[in-house]
Amino acid sequence: MSLSSLTKPWSATSYGFLDASAKRELRRKMLKAIAVPGCQMPYASREVPMARGWGTGGLQVTLTLVNPTSVVKVIDQGADDGVNAASIRRFISRVSGAGETWDTLAASIVQSRHRVPEEVMREDQILVLQVPNPEPLRGVEPNISIARQMHADADYGKLWLTLYEQIVRKGRIMQGAGYPSMVNGRHVMTPSPIPRWDVPKLNMAKHLTFLSAGREKRLFAVPPFTRVEPLVFSDRPYQVEHHADLTCRRSGVSGYFMNELPVDGGGSAFEVSDSNLGIKAIQQAEGAPVEIGKTWYRNGEFSA
Amino acid sequence: MSLDMSPAALTRAEPRLMRAEPLLTMRDISKTYGDVRALRHVDATVYPGEVMGIVGESGSGKSTLLRMMNLEDTPDHGDYTLRLPNRDDGNLFDLTRYERRMLCARHIGIVYQNPHLGLLMKHSSSGNVAERLLIAGERSFEVLRAKAREALDASEFPLSRMDARPIELSGGMQQRVQLAKAIALEPALLLLDEPTTGLDVSVQALVLDTLKRLQRDRKITMVLVSHDLGVIRTMADRVMVMRHGEVVEQGLADQVFQDPQHPYTQQLVHAKL
Amino acid sequence: MTSTPLLRVDGLTKTFRMYHLDSMLHAFEGVSFDLHEGEFLLLRGHNGAGKSTLLRTIWRSYLPVGGHVWYRSNHGEIDLANAADVDIALLRREEIGFVTQFLNARPRVAAQDIVAEPLLLAGTSQAEALDQARHWLDQFGVRPELWRAYPSTFSGGEQQKVNLARALILPQKLLLLDEPTASLDVGARAALVRRLSDLKGQGVAIIGVFHHPGDVAQLITREINLNTRVVADQSEEEENVAL
Repeated sequence: MSLSSLTKPWSATSYGFLDASAKRELRRKMLKAIAVPGCQMPYASREVPMARGWGTGGLQVTLTLVNPTSVVKVIDQGADDGVNAASIRRFISRVSGAGETWDTLAASIVQSRHRVPEEVMREDQILVLQVPNPEPLRGVEPNISIARQMHADADYGKLWLTLYEQIVRKGRIMQGAGYPSMVNGRHVMTPSPIPRWDVPKLNMAKHLTFLSAGREKRLFAVPPFTRVEPLVFSDRPYQVEHHADLTCRRSGVSGYFMNELPVDGGGSAFEVSDSNLGIKAIQQAEGAPVEIGKTWYRNGEFSA
Repeated sequence: MSLDMSPAALTRAEPRLMRAEPLLTMRDISKTYGDVRALRHVDATVYPGEVMGIVGESGSGKSTLLRMMNLEDTPDHGDYTLRLPNRDDGNLFDLTRYERRMLCARHIGIVYQNPHLGLLMKHSSSGNVAERLLIAGERSFEVLRAKAREALDASEFPLSRMDARPIELSGGMQQRVQLAKAIALEPALLLLDEPTTGLDVSVQALVLDTLKRLQRDRKITMVLVSHDLGVIRTMADRVMVMRHGEVVEQGLADQVFQDPQHPYTQQLVHAKL
Repeated sequence: MTSTPLLRVDGLTKTFRMYHLDSMLHAFEGVSFDLHEGEFLLLRGHNGAGKSTLLRTIWRSYLPVGGHVWYRSNHGEIDLANAADVDIALLRREEIGFVTQFLNARPRVAAQDIVAEPLLLAGTSQAEALDQARHWLDQFGVRPELWRAYPSTFSGGEQQKVNLARALILPQKLLLLDEPTASLDVGARAALVRRLSDLKGQGVAIIGVFHHPGDVAQLITREINLNTRVVADQSEEEENVAL
């Protein structure tokens, strides 16, 4: 017996880039996060070849989940072709051998910044959201220790107070992206800066969602079929962005979340934010045999 | 005379006519901070509907005792019970931090001398009151607003300013917001820690008058801590005099002021007059 | 004497200990007397004899140092000299009244509200309490335009009328009067005597200290002279039918 027979051949990095112990820790924390939905689990965020704040939290979760049979889709604000999204997707594929895709229906892991795809995700898919600021109480309680205690006590009165103040001052709730939401009736989470439009997609979803903040070293999860309820007053219903009547200027689809683009001479033009949905719609219109899956919103109405 | 007629003996006399049980009972409370013995074997009993005044100079332990009553701190030794309808919590100092918090939020109101301790200065006044209701689980915006309005009105706060931030308000108005917040959930016990200290004399009289009216109309049990004998004299039914962490004398307010028994109390009363 | 007295004062002694002077002041010693329902007891004595002090010791704003004050309350018999503070507070709310020459006026509270307060505390409705308050303010000669005004701004005489209206609005079992007629005009004095006479007729026992006992001469059942501590019973025969 020699040393070489006991060890693997040398390679530049471990499989999936992260070393085995890092992945083991992440896996444990991810299981814990699933066990206590919406509760933030601290983890030792590792260095990855990317600056903190650019999706390192999401990347570490994806690298832990990925295997050679995975198919990975990465979006940035709904788009697959952004520089950051493309770089992350290629990196994951290179270190794990996983396949790459732009199609939500074909992906087994969707890593995303700031959006949930418009097509309904399935039980066999995992959504990984990159989270810049995981603490919903940050705005009302700067002391992290006290904020932890407030989570433990389910003491979220101050979050409602923030909403109360917004109604008193502005006549309506101003909270846009990252709308605080109660998970499984217990922990309030910030669902990363996804628009209000996307929050209902997490409620009782078939897929598993991980939310991971690499810079803040916390991750939390929404397991499949778990309640995610935006904080609202009983007499002030939750409202999503008024995008139901907008039409994409390129693909012609309407009733989805749109990117607003200023046009010369004032006014705005709109393009569908989920770029792959737009691409598939264009291809379909051109007669190509592409499938658009069932979407969460139909005719601008949430109907999942 | 075989009877022990010392003030201590009178303090020990058991009520015979009073049918109501005490709302608040504290037994043998002692607390040491480092080398400082803040409280030494303090007993306190407060009956429903009465105003108990606690006087003493700075460092006498009166505010520490009030903090204990508000469960902000626990003593090294001693029991604390509150008789609340349909519950028996035993010694409140044995409750978990969470249980203590919820109990305080629902059943004990407090007004601090310093409004910064009791208020979120950059939220609206009505929002400060609403926070209390939110902790208790109220989730209707209109109900929150109506109840905040009602509590502010009962505290004689001008409703036209109900959405002003406390930071924009005068000291007297800030105390009224604190008071509204404290009474919003109709607490069994209202704790007042030097509520009018630092206010102009005229404003002080108005705030005390509001307290008096609340006490009469709502029969709220109050514990009032003040170093100002005048304030205690106008407000309290009974008085505890504290010095160096000990209760040196307690009795009916007019008795303590007109016929003080303890040398220290005599000194205090004479110094005032 | 067939019935047990409402109040039996037995060997009551009051001494003030003044620590800053390192001295004792003896107010009175070994005072004893009985008081029945419907009796009016006048305390006599020159200045400093301890008349007011005796009243306050029974009222318990002064702590007795010896003796007993047995009182037959609606809740049972109790020794006021040894009772717990809360019991005294209870009796003060319900059964025992104390009238001084000074009104404890609070700023920004109208005269009629001050007078109505004891009724409100006793559970009378707001409208009924105000009605009665106005009635008694009227009886004591406070002009209607002052009813909504703040007594803290009144003259001494007017304040005293408000004070009396408040103090006598509730029928008590035992009433302690500390020179209530001082600074009263003739009309108010007459109203006071009328009210006291009514109360006495209803069985209220009264102990009073008066500058000019002549004001209430026809009400007096008995007198105690604190100079000599002799109970003079000269008028006992005529008035003792109240029970």
